[in-house]
Amino acid sequence: MPLLKIENLSKSFGGLKAVSNLNIAINEGELIGLIGPNGAGKTTVFNLLTGVYDKTEGKMTFQDKDISGLKPYQVTHRGMARTFQNIRLFSDLSVIDNVKIAYHQRTSYSAASALLRLPSYYSGEKEMQRKAMDLLKIFNLGDKAEEMAKNLPYGEQRRLEIARALGTEPKLLLLDEPAAGMNPQETHDLMNLIRWIREQFKLTILLIEHDMSLVMGVCERIYVLDYGMIIAQGVPDEIKRNPKVIEAYLGEEVV
Amino acid sequence: MGSGIVTQIFQQIVNGLSLGSIYALIALGYTMVYGIIKLINFAHGDIMMVGAYSGWFAITVLHLPFLPALLFSMVACALLGVLIERIAYKPLRNASRIAALITAIGVSLFLEYGGMLLLTAQVRTYPPVFPGTMYIVGGVYFKYGDIVMLITSFVLMALLHFTVQYTKVGKAMRAVSFDQEAALLMGINTNNIISFTFAIGSALAAAAGVLMGVYFNTIDPLMGIIPGLKAFVAAVLGGIGIIPGAMVGGLMLGLIESIVSGFGASTWRDAVAFLILILVLIVKPSGLFGKNVREKV
Amino acid sequence: MGNWFNRKNIVSLLGIVLLYAVVQGLIVQDIMPPFYKLTLIQICIYIILATSLNLINGITGQFSIGHAGFMAIGAYVSAIITAIQHGPLILGLLAGAIVAALAGLLVGLPTLRLKGDYLAIATLGFGEIVRIIFLNTEYVGGAAGFTLPSKITWTWAFGLMALSVILMKNFVGSTHGRACISIRENEIAAESMGVNTTKYKVMAFTMGAFFAGLAGGIYANYFYIIQPMTFNFILSFNILVMVVLGGLGSMTGGIFGAIVMTLASALLAGVPEWRNVITAVLLVLMMIFKPTGIMGTKEFSLNFLGKKSDKNAASKN
Repeated sequence: MPLLKIENLSKSFGGLKAVSNLNIAINEGELIGLIGPNGAGKTTVFNLLTGVYDKTEGKMTFQDKDISGLKPYQVTHRGMARTFQNIRLFSDLSVIDNVKIAYHQRTSYSAASALLRLPSYYSGEKEMQRKAMDLLKIFNLGDKAEEMAKNLPYGEQRRLEIARALGTEPKLLLLDEPAAGMNPQETHDLMNLIRWIREQFKLTILLIEHDMSLVMGVCERIYVLDYGMIIAQGVPDEIKRNPKVIEAYLGEEVV
Repeated sequence: MGSGIVTQIFQQIVNGLSLGSIYALIALGYTMVYGIIKLINFAHGDIMMVGAYSGWFAITVLHLPFLPALLFSMVACALLGVLIERIAYKPLRNASRIAALITAIGVSLFLEYGGMLLLTAQVRTYPPVFPGTMYIVGGVYFKYGDIVMLITSFVLMALLHFTVQYTKVGKAMRAVSFDQEAALLMGINTNNIISFTFAIGSALAAAAGVLMGVYFNTIDPLMGIIPGLKAFVAAVLGGIGIIPGAMVGGLMLGLIESIVSGFGASTWRDAVAFLILILVLIVKPSGLFGKNVREKV
Repeated sequence: MGNWFNRKNIVSLLGIVLLYAVVQGLIVQDIMPPFYKLTLIQICIYIILATSLNLINGITGQFSIGHAGFMAIGAYVSAIITAIQHGPLILGLLAGAIVAALAGLLVGLPTLRLKGDYLAIATLGFGEIVRIIFLNTEYVGGAAGFTLPSKITWTWAFGLMALSVILMKNFVGSTHGRACISIRENEIAAESMGVNTTKYKVMAFTMGAFFAGLAGGIYANYFYIIQPMTFNFILSFNILVMVVLGGLGSMTGGIFGAIVMTLASALLAGVPEWRNVITAVLLVLMMIFKPTGIMGTKEFSLNFLGKKSDKNAASKN
């Protein structure tokens, strides 16, 4: 049983068909890549999965349950988390507070408890502090816990975004161009990080990326999107040689 | 006899259109400024007030007839509008929306309280500018003044439409309101265009002020507040940032208000505008002519 | 309970009690001039108003400029209960706050999808509609309003103010407060991190309205008379200025802004026309030169009094 199943998914914006008849299946534990030229509709797929957009047609099943029509926070509750193409950190919050937000849905005490400072407030805060701190340390951000998120260098901001997403304790992690703006060294570190978190957190990962070295390096299977449709799918070696893929990426260097 | 309800309704329609055309003139200023720099210029209603006073000054002190007084007032307020933009709004072009909004309210209060200080709260009266001739068509009363007002408003709106759609400046205005950065890169002097937009908007507000002075006879320093708010509602109704929307919204609001007050409760009159506002915001915030713009995720 | 007794809380409590006692002493000894007492109680009212508006605008980032409407509802409902129905003060205040909270719920729900300027306009419209409704209601005296006995003492005003601020601060310093802040910072990210943004936006509105209603009740039961024209847009605007002056997003900033503006207004009470013009000019200047206000989003904190063990928990181990 696939963890995530997308069947005949389509999305139109007025007359524009952003995504048509997509069929994607992802099994538990896999590391899948979603690639394609700019504007192919990759982020749209993420937005559809996470409830930011409503689908026009089709079916999305996650852990055997239909997830269409759910609001983003409900999708997250079900165990799907994401990062964004343009970093969306809570800039004026500290690094650790950014992560604590992720734990909000699972470690929450009531608002009444917060107002009246009942014991559950103190134990809840303690637990969140501990969990958030543990997570930050894993990502080597422990010593920056009290820093403002906006003051972190770019690479660390991206790491924080991933850490934060993991705070929601997801089964499926959607990464949207995690290597954007990174130099080769950083990209290499990211590759190791991605493999490592998959092991450590028992994740399934779906990743959008333009950097081919990353995609070919970590992904087990790849889907190729062009003009909203899947034009190829398979293992990296197949994709590298697929003429339709090469054509779509005309000018792009496929390593 | 067909008179009675039907003539009543027609009378209200005529009144409504006169009032509505004033709202439309003010609403145009709101919508143009919002369209170009995404600012709700709270001070706009007060510019209308300054226009009313300038007109009064031109008529009673300079003894100018209607049209030159109108022009005098329009020019004076155009300059005022540009001045306000340069001093108070330009520094805040990249600031948060709340800061810009507060500044606009601050300017508004400055004009109101400054007016109270300079002119005292005492009302001034507009001397009669037009002959009192009444025309009666099918039981409906048209004052000479009403007709001049309607014609003036429509002429001004037509001029504006022409300017925006068919002149080079108008094209530049539309470009800047679509994408300021791109317009700048295309060689458009965005600062000048923004100033020009304020100038035109303020001139139209001034015209509205003079017309209000003629229509309602009395003027006071706080006269811009309620009509300003209502004109703003009209702009939102039509679709804020959209010029034809402001015209249609203004006329519609004037009509609805006339009909409501024709049926009695005039203290509820002002509430009508706000109820329309809430309705629009709940049902279709982008207004009659507006389009929904999504944030890109 | 044991959690409450740390150094920080004890010092804060002592400070609060001291402040209260000093003023109360002066009042009881008849040394306090009536105008000073009036100003002090006004400060308490405005502190509640500013911090409650901050909850909506500063913490949750929702643009609300109709706060006077919630205050008006609280004022009138409490006045109806205490003056017309001759009920006890506490009931009146509570009822006023609760009805105002319901109004907050009613305003919050439909306007949630509105962003930025549109939300501001909607709340502005709401404030005006409330005022016009009371203006046209004969039961509460219409335009002339009505009079009621002044039952609010310094003890009431200060006590309720302290309680309100503590409750609001408790909320902000919790995971729920953080959820609201995350909405302000990046709503889409907040939603994606599992925060039910609708629920929290409504919560912020409801809570902010509750305390504004409470402040309204205090106001009505102190100032002998309530009239619709008091609760106009200018009042909403003044509260907004207090929040922005102190720093949008800072609870202590809100307190600060309330104190500064009320004092300034009291000091310039003799020259109302000039006062208004000067306020307007200063406001514009402040927006041009320091729009983040005095405290920005920072809070004045007594963290330096924290236990040694607290500090270690935050650092690496």
